[in-house]
Amino acid sequence: MSSAPDTGAAVRSAPANLPRRHFVNILLGTGLLASAASFLYPVLRYLVPPKLPDMGDDAVLAAHISELKPNTATTFRFGARPGLLVETAAGEYRAMSATCTHLGCTVQYRPDLREIWCPCHNGIYDLNGRNISGPPPRPLEAFEVQIRGGDIFVRRKQEA
Amino acid sequence: MASPVNNVREWFAERFPLDDIKALAQKKKVPLHRYSYWYFLGGMTLFLFGVQVLTGALLLMYYRPGADEAFESVQFIMTQVQFGWLIRSVHSWSANLLVFMAFAHLFSVLFLKSYRKPRELTWVSGMLLLFLMLGFGFSGYLLPWNKVSYFATAVGTEIPAQIPIIGHPIMLFLRGGEDITGSTLTRLYGFHVAILPALATLLIGLHLALIQWFGMSVPPGVEQRWQAHPVEKKEIRFFPNFVLRELMAWYVALGLLGALAALFPWSLGVKADPFGSAPAGIKPEWYFLSMFQTLKLIPAKILGMDGEMLGILAFGLIGAAALLLPFLDRERPFNTRRWITGLACVFLGYMAIMTVYGWVAK
Amino acid sequence: MIKVHDSVTCRRGTVIIVAAWLICSGLIAFAQTKNSCLDCHSNLPEPLGVSVETYSQNIHAQKGLTCAACHGGDANSDDPETAMSRKSGWKGKIERKQIPELCASCHSDAQMMKKYNPSLRVDQFQQYKTSVHGIKWTKGDNKVAVCTDCHGVHDLRAPSDPRSKVHPINIATTCSRCHADAEYMKPYGIKTDQFANYEQSVHHDAMVVRGDLSAPTCTTCHGNHGATPPGVANVTNVCSNCHVFQAQLFQTSPHKDAFAAMGFPGCVTCHSNHAIKAPTDEMIGAGPKAVCMNCHTAGDAGSMQAEAMHTQLTNLASAIAASDELLSRAERQGMEVSQPKLQQTQARDALLKARVAVHAFRDSGLKQDTDAGLATTKLTYAAGQKAMQEWRFRRVGLGLSLVLIALTLVGLGFYIRSLEQK
Repeated sequence: MSSAPDTGAAVRSAPANLPRRHFVNILLGTGLLASAASFLYPVLRYLVPPKLPDMGDDAVLAAHISELKPNTATTFRFGARPGLLVETAAGEYRAMSATCTHLGCTVQYRPDLREIWCPCHNGIYDLNGRNISGPPPRPLEAFEVQIRGGDIFVRRKQEA
Repeated sequence: MASPVNNVREWFAERFPLDDIKALAQKKKVPLHRYSYWYFLGGMTLFLFGVQVLTGALLLMYYRPGADEAFESVQFIMTQVQFGWLIRSVHSWSANLLVFMAFAHLFSVLFLKSYRKPRELTWVSGMLLLFLMLGFGFSGYLLPWNKVSYFATAVGTEIPAQIPIIGHPIMLFLRGGEDITGSTLTRLYGFHVAILPALATLLIGLHLALIQWFGMSVPPGVEQRWQAHPVEKKEIRFFPNFVLRELMAWYVALGLLGALAALFPWSLGVKADPFGSAPAGIKPEWYFLSMFQTLKLIPAKILGMDGEMLGILAFGLIGAAALLLPFLDRERPFNTRRWITGLACVFLGYMAIMTVYGWVAK
Repeated sequence: MIKVHDSVTCRRGTVIIVAAWLICSGLIAFAQTKNSCLDCHSNLPEPLGVSVETYSQNIHAQKGLTCAACHGGDANSDDPETAMSRKSGWKGKIERKQIPELCASCHSDAQMMKKYNPSLRVDQFQQYKTSVHGIKWTKGDNKVAVCTDCHGVHDLRAPSDPRSKVHPINIATTCSRCHADAEYMKPYGIKTDQFANYEQSVHHDAMVVRGDLSAPTCTTCHGNHGATPPGVANVTNVCSNCHVFQAQLFQTSPHKDAFAAMGFPGCVTCHSNHAIKAPTDEMIGAGPKAVCMNCHTAGDAGSMQAEAMHTQLTNLASAIAASDELLSRAERQGMEVSQPKLQQTQARDALLKARVAVHAFRDSGLKQDTDAGLATTKLTYAAGQKAMQEWRFRRVGLGLSLVLIALTLVGLGFYIRSLEQK
C-alpha cells in the first residue's frame, strides 16, 4: 500500500493515458472486492452456528436428572450469580440462590447435615433456604424448579 | 470480450428487457448545480434502509420474541454469536442514522422546493415513509426487552391514550392489552418485521418509480436561470457518473457505521422487570425527544383544555400539514411559499432546541 | 315561665334518663375494665402525666391491663379520693428498689404469664439477680439498672417493636445512657468508652448500616437480664457462638495454650472487645499494623509464620484485584465478561476462607484456600486478557476495513475523474 502513491505519481507524469486507466481499474477492483470481502466475512461468521447452540430462556438449565443422586446437589449459573440445586434424600428437587446472605460466599449442600452450609462462616440454611444458624441475616432466595424431559430447569419464582 | 460472456448476455437479453433498462439508465440525467449535493441524501437514506433490511434479516436468525426470551436472545447475539455484536450494533446505529438522513432528506427537499407540481405524490409518499421509519424506530426499540426500552414504550403508548374516545382503543391496539407485556412485544415485533417492511417496500417502490418518472427536480431559482440562459444548463449522466458518486457516499456511511459499531457497541442494558420501578429520567429515542419534551413542558391546562391533548393535537396538525405541504404551497393568489420556508426554519430550530433540551434535562 | 304540667313531664323524663344511664354504666363497668386514671393523668404535666397515646402503645395496656396493675388503687372509681386511697390498695409512685420485684410478681409467675404470652420466659428476675446490676441491687445500690431503665415505663413496648428501647437497633444506645455517662459511672470505676468503641466496630456497622438485626449488640455478648462481663476464660466461647470456625481453629492453634498461660483473653487479644473493627490483612504479619508484633519480635519463628500468612493473603488479594481491574476494563470497552466475573466470586470465597484459616496460626493452613483462589484468578485473568485481545482484534478489523473502504474511495475518485476526462 505504501507504494501506491508513488506509482500514482509516476503514472500521472506519464504521457500515455492507458497505463493510468489500467492502474485505476486495478485499484478500484481490488478495493471493491477486498472491502466487499471485509463486509461479507463477519456476515458469514455470524451465520456459523455458535458453540452454545441454545441460549435458553428465563429458565436456566441447571442439570440433567441423571447428574444428581438423592441427597446430593450441584451448582449452576443463574444470571450473574451461582444457584444451588439440591436433590433431597427424599428425591425432591429444591433450587435457590447459592450466594450467602451474610458476606456473599457460595453456599454448598452438606449431605451429612442434610442442610445448606456456607463454608466461610459456618452459616446454615435449611432446605427451603431459611437461615437457621450462624451469621446469615436473611434466607436464600428460593427458585422454582421445573422438569422437562430429563432436564431440570430453574427459574425465578413468578409473582402471583 | 470473450464470446461465452457475449453468449450468456445474448441469451439473457432475449429473455429479459436488459437493454431497455440499460437504455433507461443511460437516458436518465441528474442536473448539476450548486445544490446537487442534496440529491445524495435520498440515496443515502435508501442505502441505510438496505443495511437495516440486511442486518435485520441476520438478527432474525437468532432473535426470539417473548418476554422470557427476548432479552436473553439479544444477549446471546451480543456474546455468543460470532460478530453478533457487530450486526446488532450496526442495526442500531444504522437505524439512528437512517432517521437522521430521512429528516435531512425531507428538509432538503422542502428548502429546494422539490415537492412542486408534478411531484406532490412523491412528497406525500416520502412523508408516509418517514412516518413508517418512526414506526420502525418505535417498535424496534422494545424488542431487546430491556428496562429503558420497556418504560420508554410504556410512556410512548400512554401518549395516544390521552386522545378522547379513540385514544384508549389505540393504546390497546398498540399494547395488545392494558399493560406492556409479552403480547406487546410480539405485537410490535410483528409490526417491525412484517407489516412495516411490507408497507415500506411498497412505498419505496412508488417513491422511486415517481422519481424515475419525473426525474430530478431543479430548484426554482436555478430553473429560472437555466430557462433564461439555456447554455448554463448542466447535467451529468445518472449512470455511471452519479451512481459512482453515490457509491462513494455509501462507502463513507459504511465506514462510519463500522466505526460506530466497533468503538461504541450498542449496550444491552438491564432486562426489563414489569414489577420493577421505572428508572429516573426515562427518555425515548432522540428523534422523539422534541415531542416528548414539548409534552413535558406544556402546562396541564390551556384555556380550560387539557394541555397534553392540545400538544398531541398540534403534533397531529403539524404532521397533516407536512403531509399535505405541496398543496399548501402557492404563488398565487397568495405567496405561501416564503411562509413555508420560514415556518420550516422555525420548526427545525424548535426541534433542534427541544431535542438538545430534552437531552440535557433531567 | 314553664307551665306546671310541662315541668312535671320534664321531671319524669329526666328520671327515666338517669335511671337508664345508671343501668347502662353499671353494665359497662361490669363488662369491661375502666381506667379512670387517664381522665386526669392524661392532662397532667410530667412526671405525673401519661398521654392517652403513650398509654395506648404500652404493651401492657394493649393486653388489657390498667394503671392499677402496677400502681394499685381502683381504676373504676371516678372519685380521685376513692380511686387513690390506701384502702383500695393504691401504691402511688413505685420506688426504684421495688421495681424488679413488682415486675417479677407477674413475669416470674408462669401461671399468670401463660394467660398473655405462653412462650415468654419467666426467669428474667432469677437471671437479673445473677447479673452485676442485680447483685448490686440486692445490696441496696439504687443507681443500678432495674427493669424500667431498659424497657421503659409508660411507653413500654414489645422488644420486637423498633421503637422499643430494647429492640436490637436501640439496645446499645439504651445501655450507653448510663455506661457512657462518666459522671454516673464514677463510683463503679469502670470505663465509659464502650459505646464509642462499639460504634466503630464491624458489628455496629452490620447492625445499623446493613440493618442486620442478628448482628451482635451489647446483650449478645453480655447477656440481657443476666448482664455481666464475660470472663477472660469465656471470651472465646462467647465469640464462637457466631464465629464457629475461627474458634475451632483457634482451639487447635499454638496460641490457645500460650494465651491461657499469659492470661490473654482469647479473641479479644487481637481483635479488641468493643472496638472490633473489620479485620484487614495488615493485622497479620510483621508489618507496623500487625497485631502479631505486640508479642512476637521480628525474626522469631512466630513472626516468620505470620509474615508467610500475610504474603499468602495479599498475593491472593492482589491477584483478585488484578483480575477485577482487567475484567472491568474489558467490560468498559463493551466486551461481555459476565462468566469470568461470576468466577471471580469463587476466588473471593477462597480469600474469605483463607482469612478464616488464619486463626489456626500456621502458614500451611492457608495454602489449600489460597492455592484454589490463585488458580481461579489465573483463569479469570486469562479470560480478561482474551476479552482484551478480542477487543484489539475488533479494532484491527475495523482499521483494516476502513483502509479498504478508503482504498475503494480513492479508486472510485480516480475512476470518476478518468471517466469524465474522456
